[in-house]
Amino acid sequence: MAQQPKTAKKPATARPPRQPMPTQEAHVRARNFNEVALGFSLETAMLEASRCLKCKKPKCVLGCPVEVDIPKFVSALADGDLRAAAVALKADNNLPAICGRVCPQETQCEIQCVLGKKFEPVAIGRLERFVADWERTEGGLEMPKVQPPSGKRVAVIGAGPAGLTCAGDLARFGHQVTIFEALHAPGGVLIYGIPEFRLPKDIVHAEVDYVKSLGAEMRLNTVIGKLYTIDELLGEEGFDAVFLGTGAGLPRFMNIPGENHIGVYSANEFLTRVNLMKGYLFPEYDTPVQIGAKVAVVGAGNVAMDASRCSLRLGADEVHIVYRRSRKEVPARAEEVHHAEEEGIIFNFLTNPVEIYGDEKSRVRGMRVIRMELGEPDASGRRRPVPIPGSEYDIEVDTVVMALGTSPNPLVFYDAGGLERTRWGTVVADEQTGRTTKDRVWAGGDLVTGTATVISAMGAGKRAAADINLFLRGMKIPVEEKVAVAQA
Amino acid sequence: MYKILVKEDLGPVNKLMVIEAPEVARKAKAGQFVIVRIHEEGERIPLTIADYDCQAGTITLIFQEVGKTTIHLGTLKEGDELISFVGPLGLPSQIENYGTVVCVGGGVGIAPIFPIARALREAGNHLISIIGARQKELLFWEDKMRSVSDELIVCTDDGSYGRKALVTQPLKELLETRNDIGRIWAIGPAIMMKFTALTTQPFGVHTEVSLNSIMVDGTGMCGACRVEVGGKTRFVCVDGPEFDGHQVDWDLLLARQRTYLEEEKLAREKFEHECRALAGGK
Repeated sequence: MAQQPKTAKKPATARPPRQPMPTQEAHVRARNFNEVALGFSLETAMLEASRCLKCKKPKCVLGCPVEVDIPKFVSALADGDLRAAAVALKADNNLPAICGRVCPQETQCEIQCVLGKKFEPVAIGRLERFVADWERTEGGLEMPKVQPPSGKRVAVIGAGPAGLTCAGDLARFGHQVTIFEALHAPGGVLIYGIPEFRLPKDIVHAEVDYVKSLGAEMRLNTVIGKLYTIDELLGEEGFDAVFLGTGAGLPRFMNIPGENHIGVYSANEFLTRVNLMKGYLFPEYDTPVQIGAKVAVVGAGNVAMDASRCSLRLGADEVHIVYRRSRKEVPARAEEVHHAEEEGIIFNFLTNPVEIYGDEKSRVRGMRVIRMELGEPDASGRRRPVPIPGSEYDIEVDTVVMALGTSPNPLVFYDAGGLERTRWGTVVADEQTGRTTKDRVWAGGDLVTGTATVISAMGAGKRAAADINLFLRGMKIPVEEKVAVAQA
Repeated sequence: MYKILVKEDLGPVNKLMVIEAPEVARKAKAGQFVIVRIHEEGERIPLTIADYDCQAGTITLIFQEVGKTTIHLGTLKEGDELISFVGPLGLPSQIENYGTVVCVGGGVGIAPIFPIARALREAGNHLISIIGARQKELLFWEDKMRSVSDELIVCTDDGSYGRKALVTQPLKELLETRNDIGRIWAIGPAIMMKFTALTTQPFGVHTEVSLNSIMVDGTGMCGACRVEVGGKTRFVCVDGPEFDGHQVDWDLLLARQRTYLEEEKLAREKFEHECRALAGGK
């Protein structure tokens, strides 16, 4: 039954290398919002797929938060059967075009790849993107099996990655799903946070349409906690269960002097103006976004990379990342940092803002920063940055973007008694099932974990949907048995 | 969705619209606002709730045409629909029986003051209202305000109607002649609220103001609306819109309101040019 690895008998020199992703040239792409990565051709995709060793015990699947059957879709692709590849991929992943673009595969599936032990791992993410794009643009979406209506209703709060995934799976299980979204467009961080050049919005629209085609109802412009409360949804509105996927949308500020001057943005505001409201197309679009000549983005996560790269594209002359730790501790994806550096963004490590200066009209004209050094590790395991006394100096900037991380927006908790939260504002929920301390309420994604990734939110949405389904059908399986079922 | 059921001119720049929004109307309370969007490329703007009717399922908005979006909104007709109508947002006014209260509405601020005044009266307060505008044409809802107030003072800056005075003058006189005023509400342009707060400060009467900062989402996720109150940063959309007027950093609010003056001018001129071109083409 076990196949010999395809390339076992070939000499090492004949093995094709990992295929590079064609990208727009750095100095060109730094001034436009078009997608940076251009995608594989069919030939390149099949060649890359042929590198897969077809391991007897595939490790890659274990690295995937939604357990995509990677060997199955990759080998179908290697055989040129794109339809079979798409079906295999969509069996577990409702939003593959998105994952193929924004997942940190290098720390998930690809790091497990056996080929990667001696050579470069199979470019699983790029293959996923290829198959998903093919299906969307040429192949035609195939509808998965949807179970007959159960008569049960679920309210999914938040149309971001966690909510969309949960809603899609619940709809496939036959339940009537209503997704409530506060903004006027669905997608959450996919639509307001991640820029067009990393994740084109028409892909997000297409993925959302797919979830709606499974039967989920979308209600935009609806703020739960204001228009309806969770208790009302479970009560007079007649929902049998509620899934909370409202993410971590509350911006963090440093609370340093001058932080409220004109020209200081939270990354949320900056990115929302640019991505959701298309500020880069003002005045064709009505919402403006102001960018000066010299921009400082404080932070070094993926959001900071996005904010700094958007700043360049909006016309800034010079864009700086200001980060209090060193390059080793940078949390952003290596690929994003690499792209940012190629585009000319200047990285200032071991540097932290102290005060922001404004002119007589309260507009930013400069920032005082202090040099840092790394001391003992803190609770997160990373070495704690400590200011070096007397090392302050001033930098000339006219725009500052605070990309320090976010925490859950508390609006949704109004009139949701019994929903236990941690001291950081995240919801307490079981990691395997998503169950919260409140009856008939599940939660997943950044709302539970704090800022994490799109794919981990999707994984949480999947697990919650599976558990909600069991609950709605009156079945209760103990956790240990559930894990055994999943591995069978 | 969100159909315009009624549209009225309240003068040369103020317009009234009654919007079909039964779910928002069911939940709306005095002091709250909605975020509105009128076309796909449009911006999200906050508008205070001037009135709400749970039975009819409607929300009444009154707005002044100051920029592209409000001018554009002003061209919509009965039967047209708004594409986004998010609410009710913000914390409701703290309505209690304070004994005697004064409500001050300046210019378009008369609109949000009305439901607050009504609620205060219903809570048993003795209500004195002051409404004012630069000139007669900018006043509106005098009858409505009179119907909920025990006493009503009407003034205009230029004396074209009512008493020739800024709203702060009759307010100061009230504070000088009475010592039973439990709380004051003042809503209007930021500069009017600033001077109203400065007027009441020496008398030590708590003055609630409703701040009108720039907003994008209106639900607390971006911080565009941030102000400083009592030295602390607050988000108008979720911590407000009402705050203690004596604690607000007015100069910061006024400065931040001016952030996009150039872009606003550009957008308005472009829109007016497009309207003229359309009209000329007929």
